[in-house]
Amino acid sequence: MPDFPRDGVVAVVKRDCPTCRLVEPVLAQLAGVVVYSQDDPAFPPGARDDTDLAASLALGVETVPTLVRFAAGAEVARTEGWLRPAWEELTGVDGLGAGLPEHRPGCGSRTQDPELADELLVRSRGHTLASRAVELTALEDEAEALFDRGWSDGLPVVAPTQARVLRMLDGTSRAPDEVVAVVPPNLVPVTVEKVAVNAVLAGCRPEYLPVVLAAVEAACTDEFNAHGLLATTWGAGPAIVVNGPVAAEIGLNSGGNALGQGTRANSTIGRALQLVIRNVGGGRPGGVDRATLGHPGKTGFCFAEDEAGSPWEPLSVSRGVAPGVSAVTVFAAEGPRGIADQISRTPDSLARSLAAGLRTVAHPKLVMGFDATLVVCPEHARVFAAAGWSRADLEGALAEALTLDPAEIVRGAGGIEEGVPAARATAPLPKFRPGGLMIVHAGGGAGMFSAVIGGWVGGAAGSTPVTREVRP
Amino acid sequence: MIVLDPTDESASAHREAIARPATLDGARVGLLDISKPRGDVFLDRLEALLAQRGVAVRRYVKPTFAKPMPPDLRREIAAECDVVISALAD
Repeated sequence: MPDFPRDGVVAVVKRDCPTCRLVEPVLAQLAGVVVYSQDDPAFPPGARDDTDLAASLALGVETVPTLVRFAAGAEVARTEGWLRPAWEELTGVDGLGAGLPEHRPGCGSRTQDPELADELLVRSRGHTLASRAVELTALEDEAEALFDRGWSDGLPVVAPTQARVLRMLDGTSRAPDEVVAVVPPNLVPVTVEKVAVNAVLAGCRPEYLPVVLAAVEAACTDEFNAHGLLATTWGAGPAIVVNGPVAAEIGLNSGGNALGQGTRANSTIGRALQLVIRNVGGGRPGGVDRATLGHPGKTGFCFAEDEAGSPWEPLSVSRGVAPGVSAVTVFAAEGPRGIADQISRTPDSLARSLAAGLRTVAHPKLVMGFDATLVVCPEHARVFAAAGWSRADLEGALAEALTLDPAEIVRGAGGIEEGVPAARATAPLPKFRPGGLMIVHAGGGAGMFSAVIGGWVGGAAGSTPVTREVRP
Repeated sequence: MIVLDPTDESASAHREAIARPATLDGARVGLLDISKPRGDVFLDRLEALLAQRGVAVRRYVKPTFAKPMPPDLRREIAAECDVVISALAD
């Protein structure tokens, strides 16, 4: 804390400010005023050096010149800029600045200088960060250094500087040291701060952080079983669908190309979750991640449900979250594959069409193993809406169309050795376990192209989709 | 630049040099000339002495001693050698 007078007047100025130069004779006139100079200790003569801005920050100066009166160690009066009556009242001296104009506004304090914003942010709040600081040497290329340390998924990452992490933490009201989850596979407790570090790496904006935190919470549950999903040789990874007002607030795409590239929130939120699993949980390809092939969406897979255009209640609501509350649902996902149907105009025909696409999940002859998600596009949803079909109606029609004839799926049928063992293929079998098919509404306004997102083994032996509310 | 560690911090922040090998038998040995004058004379002699012991070497040269090694050369040496001897005879 700077050594301010217990009783007296302090002025903060900078040479760069014309008003400060204007009042230089006034300050000279005021005996006993302690003057701090933000940019030039020689201005005015006898000023205290505040080029490190310690006094300015302690006083919370926003404009120069600022004049502050202390009495008994406490601030009792303050004025900014040059206003003769105000200066005279604060100093108790009459006849100040004869010949000067009555009033001149001040200039911005150097503490408000955007060039210094990061440095001041770190100086004022850097001590609250608990993560280990790693110094990159001047000879290291920053981007290369982050690759070298193994912190990247293979794409460039944003350097998690203290300032960036502090700004990221402003995206949530949760305390930086709050433990969010225990991250598999190494079962490491992860704090809000550590998630924020990885969100910076992933390229997130601070307002995305609450969604990332909810996704980490959801993915690190026993039901979701991120460890198993990671370790399996099957290629699926975690995907996130976002519901509620937060989606529009942070610019998540639920429309055209919702499952594709080009939207920062979509691209970086899923990536942040994967980087938490990689960097904090220690789950890396070639290590615990044993995928035979994997898929490009394992870099990060996140989109929003198009609620406004949906004929149905939001997915989150059907999964028990109150309407209007933001939530994430994390589910095991392969890459999406389109189902084209540009002819069906009746819900029954379209449901059978979509079922035909869903039947291929894992293998057209395998049942009751793998879960799946169906992303219904607006032009397909319109057919169901026109017929008054609820989500449950569609689920029922899909289940009916996906009750498979044992003669078609038994091992050897169709000249294909893979299939259901003969001992089980004694009666019609459902393709999906109860609750193993999730239906989401998203996509652009044109195109009768929905998508199947294959999952992984569903239920207790595999992964169950998990929904969590997004907390601010 | 200071960055914050995104990991669980169970690994050291600083990379340690690997242990000095007990023998050069079977090791891939590189000789690095940092381009100081007469470093090649010294390294030529080392190469001859190592050859007498049956150790073949690969030779590398930094473009200039005044600047850090180019990353590509560093990577090349790391990929091709188990041991590297850097020497100068200024």
